[in-house]
Formats: sequence, C-alpha cells, structure tokens
Amino acid sequence: MAAIESYPDELRYHPEHDWARVDGDEAVLGITWHAVDALGELVHYQPPEAGGTVSKDASYGEVESVKAVSDLISPLSGEVLEVNGGVVSAPETVNDDPYGSGWLIRIRMSDPSELDSLLDAEAYRKLLADQ
Amino acid sequence: MQTLRRTPLYDKHVESGGRLVPFAGWELPVQYEGVIPEHRAVRTDAGVFDVSHMGEIEVEGPSAHAFLQGVLSNDLEKLSPGDAQYTLLTNDEGGIIDDVIVYRTDEHRYLLVVNAANRDTDFRWLVEHEQRGSDVRDVSDDYALLAVQGPRALERLGLPKARPFTWAMSELDGIEVMVGRTGYTGEEGVELACMAEDARALWDAVLGRGVTPCGLGARDTLRLEVGYPLHGNDIGPQWDAISSDLGWACALGKEFSGVARLREVAERGPERKRVAFRMVEDAIPRQGMPIEGGGEVTSGSFSPMLEVGIGLAYVPTAMSEAGTELTIDVRGRPARAEVVEKPIYRKKEA
Repeated sequence: MAAIESYPDELRYHPEHDWARVDGDEAVLGITWHAVDALGELVHYQPPEAGGTVSKDASYGEVESVKAVSDLISPLSGEVLEVNGGVVSAPETVNDDPYGSGWLIRIRMSDPSELDSLLDAEAYRKLLADQ
Repeated sequence: MQTLRRTPLYDKHVESGGRLVPFAGWELPVQYEGVIPEHRAVRTDAGVFDVSHMGEIEVEGPSAHAFLQGVLSNDLEKLSPGDAQYTLLTNDEGGIIDDVIVYRTDEHRYLLVVNAANRDTDFRWLVEHEQRGSDVRDVSDDYALLAVQGPRALERLGLPKARPFTWAMSELDGIEVMVGRTGYTGEEGVELACMAEDARALWDAVLGRGVTPCGLGARDTLRLEVGYPLHGNDIGPQWDAISSDLGWACALGKEFSGVARLREVAERGPERKRVAFRMVEDAIPRQGMPIEGGGEVTSGSFSPMLEVGIGLAYVPTAMSEAGTELTIDVRGRPARAEVVEKPIYRKKEA
C-alpha cells in the first residue's frame, strides 16, 4: 500500500526530491514521497556499486516505474558503503515506505560541509508548494 | 498550444481520482489506483477504460462495400452484418495509415473505429478515395466508447457469451449500447458504444457492477503483453504491413491501396520484421533504444504479469526467429533479451 504524503523533519532534502539522513560521518539516501508519487509503482532499481563513489548533484543510479525512468541525484558526496538489496529485489518497497525500508544507499560523506546547502523539511515543503 | 479535448467522462475521472495526462490531444486518466493493480484487475477479473477519444467513421451507401474493399487491407467479403474485423488502412506503398476495427452494421453500412490521433487523417484519406454511391461521415462526437475487459467482464455486465469479432445491440440499466466482442487487452471482453449523452450513466452502471476503473497506463501494458502494436509506436505509414507482421490482416488476393508493393515484399521476404521480446537481464526496455545488429525498440515496458521487461522491436529478418538473443542498449548499458512468440504473456503461465 502506498505511503501517505510526508516529509520528516529530521531529514535533509535536495531540490531534485532526494533526502539524506545523517548519522555521524555517514548518511542514508533515498527519494521523497513527492518523487515516488510522481513516478508511480517502482518496478526497477539500478543501484551504484558498493565501494564506488557518489558526487553531490550527480546521478548515482536510476529508478523506474512502469511508465518512467528517473535518475537518482545524490544530495551529498562520498563513498558507497551499502546498497539496499531489499529494494533491488522489491522496488515497490520505496512506494510503501520511502523514508524507512525504502532507503537506497548508505554512504560515508567526503565533505560534510555540503550539508549546509541542503534544505530542511520546511524549506523543501515550501519548494513543493511553489512548484 | 492546442487545447486538450475532454471526453464526456472527464468529471467522472476527476471524481474517481484519475491522474489526468495529455494523450493524442485528449486529457485522459493514465491511472486511478495504479497501473499494476489495474492491469491485474483486467487479467483476473474485469476493468473498464474510457476510450471515447477514439474516432468513429461511418461509411454508408450502395457502393460502401466496394469502396472499403479497395482501401482496407483485410477481406470485407468475410463480414456479414453483425461481424467485426481487424483491418488496416494502407497507403499506396503498403504503409499503415491506421489500424482499425470495421463493424458491418448493415448490408450497406459500416462503422470504422479508428485511433484518436489518426481520426482526421483517416477521414481525409477516405473522403479523397470515396466512390460515388457511398457517404463518409465522422460521427466521433456522437458516441462514447467504453472497453470492459477481463475474464469476468461479460458475467459482471450480465451479457451473454458471444464469438469474438461480432457485435449486437443490447442494453445495460436501460441504456442502449452497441456491444462489440472486441478489445485491446488479449482478454475476453467487450467494447460498449453509447450515445455521448448516456456516457456518464453507462460509466456508473459499469462501475456499479464491480468493474475496476483503469487508465491508459494499464491499457498500454496489457496490449504490450499480448504483442498488439500501437499505431504511432510500432506501426505507421513508414513501415509496410508485411514487415509490421500484420500480413495476416492483408488479403493479398484482392485489390487495395498498396497491394502491389505488399505482394512484392511478401514474395521476396521483408528485410526487417516486427518482433516481440522479453528481457533476459534485469532491465526495462523503452521506445527508441537501439538493438545491436541494427534494430530498434518501438515499445517497451515492465510486464506486471511476468515481472520482467518486455517489448516490441524491428530487427533484421535474420534476427527475427523466436529464441534469437538480442542485445539492447539501455542508456549505455548492454542488456540481453530474447525474441519470443506473441503473445509474450500467455494465460497458462499465470
């Protein structure tokens, strides 16, 4: 069952509808409810390789619904520590729980100062309202 | 920018939570609850699609039969009043102007149900080639069309079983409908034509019988799973009907537009062929992706029943046999696929 609209306060947001949950020098990344709703039921997740790197504002993978493909834009730079294999085998997990079991990758940040450029939940909600 | 047209059911779609998108100049629901649940409803029970955007062209008169026999590819001789037929409107090179269903509604009257995007082109082509003693009328705005499809469609509507490609007049909750045993999903089902002013009542009557409202998204994945071409994607005026794998709908023994060219292609064999394929690797093919060895994906998506990527493509004839391995360029990543017989999805696999 698809999740209801929400943008948790504890996350940081990228304007391309990606989120980051920061824990020390690590961060877990995913896509927001808004992105998931626009795509519809996800049927494919093309993840990056664990051990590789991701760069802020650049694509690190793709998700696809029946009708559309979307690049995954990284809100932060760093090394990929883990890919969520649960989403690779069951992409619809992202529709059900975009901020929980539907996370996409876990990284070690290479430049924590990048966090300053991300939006808080209030600013992200405002960005959505203005679109 | 051109204003999008709305079917008589526009308000109903909004009311039912449909997500409206532009399609062929019309504003139509791509989905309600979701493409996948709607798709599965049609495969296992029954779903309804508003296809009122499709065009209806009526051809009537003592020479209607002879006229249409000369512009449509399939053999109209096989059609008695009460029958319907899948056929092609071909150009002088045997290219496909449109694929249509022709209903013989009377001894001297036919109804052509045509693709929305081709309605004006088809009408002009027909009027240009019209013969004395036949009258061509675009009656699209008079009718609404609902496709009710799925193994339980007839049961839910309380309609009797009927042979595919036949039609009969009937009524549903007092609304007069023309019931065609036709569809675009590979399932048993009907297409209901009613007067435009009755459309909303008919929609309510169908939903009231427990039929799931479905959008264009599911319509596309359903037709793709059974390998039906979509005009504008998989077939079109630039590809001849034989290469398009629609030779079965071309009566090469009769005279019609482009038949000489089609006989030539059939005689020497086409250079390229339209085939169906399914992915061997985990990837979703999309329209326009190149295929190694000189081919191209014309439709691609995810099959909700098989849960793999599937598609239609043009490939060189040497690569068109079932079992041939294809390599598709998925945004720079090579992904393996296999040519399969149509339909791509068969009931027994479920």
